[in-house]
Amino acid sequence: MDTQAPLSLKLLPALLVAAALALPAASHAQDKPIRIGLVTFLSGPAAGPFGVPAKMAAEAIVESLNAGKVPAPYAAKGFGGTPIELAIIDEAGGATKQVAEFRNLVERQNVDFVIGYIGSGDCLAIAPVAEEMKKLTVLFDCGTPRIFEDASYKYVFRTRSHATMDAVAGALYLLDAKPGMKNYAGINQNYAYGQDSWTDFTAVMSALRPKVEVTTSQMPKFGAGQYGPEISALLQTNSDVIHSSLWGGDLEAFMLQAMPRNMFASSQLILVAGEPYLHRLPGNIPDGTIIGARGPNGAYAQKSALKDWLIQAYKQKAGIEPNYPAYSVAMAFLGLKAAFEKAKARSGEDTEAVIKALEFSTFDSPSGKVMMKLGKGHQAVTGTAYGATKTVNGQITLTNIKYYPVEQVQPPEGVKSLDWIKDGMKPGKW
Amino acid sequence: MVQLLAVLIDGLIYASWLFIIAVGLTLIYGVMKILNIAHGSLYALGAFTSVTFTSAWFAHGYPAMGSYAMLALAAVVVGLVAGPVIERGLLRFLYGKDEVVLVLVTYALFLILEDLIKLVWGVDPLFVQGPKGETPYALLGNFSIGGLTYPTYNLLLVGVAIVTAIVLTWVLARTRAGKLLIAVIHDRETAAAMGIDVGRTYFVTFTLGAMLAAVGGALTAPTVSVVTGMGAEVIVIAFAVVVIGGLGSLPGAALGAVIVGLVRAASIHYRPELELFAVYFVMAAVLIVRPKGLFSAAEVRKI
Repeated sequence: MDTQAPLSLKLLPALLVAAALALPAASHAQDKPIRIGLVTFLSGPAAGPFGVPAKMAAEAIVESLNAGKVPAPYAAKGFGGTPIELAIIDEAGGATKQVAEFRNLVERQNVDFVIGYIGSGDCLAIAPVAEEMKKLTVLFDCGTPRIFEDASYKYVFRTRSHATMDAVAGALYLLDAKPGMKNYAGINQNYAYGQDSWTDFTAVMSALRPKVEVTTSQMPKFGAGQYGPEISALLQTNSDVIHSSLWGGDLEAFMLQAMPRNMFASSQLILVAGEPYLHRLPGNIPDGTIIGARGPNGAYAQKSALKDWLIQAYKQKAGIEPNYPAYSVAMAFLGLKAAFEKAKARSGEDTEAVIKALEFSTFDSPSGKVMMKLGKGHQAVTGTAYGATKTVNGQITLTNIKYYPVEQVQPPEGVKSLDWIKDGMKPGKW
Repeated sequence: MVQLLAVLIDGLIYASWLFIIAVGLTLIYGVMKILNIAHGSLYALGAFTSVTFTSAWFAHGYPAMGSYAMLALAAVVVGLVAGPVIERGLLRFLYGKDEVVLVLVTYALFLILEDLIKLVWGVDPLFVQGPKGETPYALLGNFSIGGLTYPTYNLLLVGVAIVTAIVLTWVLARTRAGKLLIAVIHDRETAAAMGIDVGRTYFVTFTLGAMLAAVGGALTAPTVSVVTGMGAEVIVIAFAVVVIGGLGSLPGAALGAVIVGLVRAASIHYRPELELFAVYFVMAAVLIVRPKGLFSAAEVRKI
């Protein structure tokens, strides 16, 4: 014990200084910034392609907003003149851990709003908890349609379209590109997103072209890494088309192992979630691969001042162009900001007023116009786009881009996605 | 017929990969009675170090064929550095403790190493790839069997697995060092009393085991994108292989790898929806019949 005493004595002055430094911050409490909890993958396989780009985009957006450098209609500093700050949490660890982290964010970190969640499982788990804790939570990237189709929430919003349109637009694009296709195979990860993608896609295909057959559906384990037998099985089916929702490291490993085996010499490849890591695949992706970006994001976003702003702000931080998770997170911040400012001008900035303002709102984003039209005004809809790869000077570019309006790719309010698909995808009234 | 052939080839390739990964795990357990969870991290370290070494090689513009030497060098360096550091710096203080304690210690080590890898290499997946996209995986060209194309690199994998198995078997059965090792496996205390340097045996075994894990990582690196968390994925399947064969048994690891490889390939070709289930079903079935695995050595009774 004796030997430890001098150490704590040495530490004491440091502690006092630290406490003194903390004081001025506390005394600024009256114009305290708006605190936003940001939950995104900082570790694990989803960090590289989705989580970290989303985090870097969020930081760039917050800096830019606080400096008042965002183009109209978002020129006001921060949220309605008040600066914003982030409390960033790692989404890794599963839904149970995330529920605990969410409570921490609300009760200990005292955040005013939460923007977060890439994993569909996390979104499904968080939504009821956010409702119970009455904390306005904006889901920014997860895709499952079930959130607002199976339940309704007051405090939960999602500012990006759900994943149904990925399958619908993907199939439409594919049938345009390969009208004579006779069959297709799939390779998707054996977990919620991979299974949903495959189920949706097969449903759309059998609605649009009942005669086209499924040759095989490979469902490797998430993170499997070795795809030798799967590739052999796919090669043997000799399918016209191969559908895949693989992403990140699994997609890269699959492409690395499939390319030398001439897999795509006679099979058209469609990657529903292929956009985020496209810049990493030169040489490992055949020209003409159909690529989805889960909305009109990235290269599919039409030119606008907001798009230019996001690209510039993100590039400064990350050194490369933003991918779709960066666009998703931008939608969340800008949608919330627009609602906050509308509420402030109307009645006040309390959560109830912001909710009223965000419901059924329409706002501009780097990906174009976003309409909060589903899920009783809590679920965003946008059109979407698909394109095909073409390698130019060692860089992968997207060409032959086609846009699909909302009514063509999304079920209207009150109709569940799978029912709508099976019913022939009749355009609803929007 | 073609499909059956494909199952055999795919199964054999996958089994070779599994064996290279699992053999170090079973070796360390056999000699030291440590179920080394950190084996997965050593595998990942081997892969990440390969990326660094091959990138440096390609960056200097050296001939691409030399990248294979870099893979080998990476495995040797990781084995010779991480093995001794972990054994001398941590494990040697814990010999004689309960096996469960050692599992927890190596699990803690696994978590630490995972974060260390993240600190050093970041979270972005990495490639073993030259500036013009040349990878050791595609460099050797392809071969075709029954209309199916395979990269020749897979033969390298099979070759390494077979050579590893032969060399290890020969060392254990035919050399003095191997006989001393078997003495330590059977009874550590008696062996020590007879004058065998048990500490040194453990040191060499662990370093060799670590190197084998790193070889697995280095050989895998060109076929995947090297990403944090890859170590966690292999430890589970390697454990399944070793348990099927019998913990600590060399022929057990080989047979376990072949069984898992063939079962997985067969289910992918014939019933893809059962793939996840099939491997663990076989493991459960084996354990019901032989709770200690197929090749478990009869327990030496101690009074």
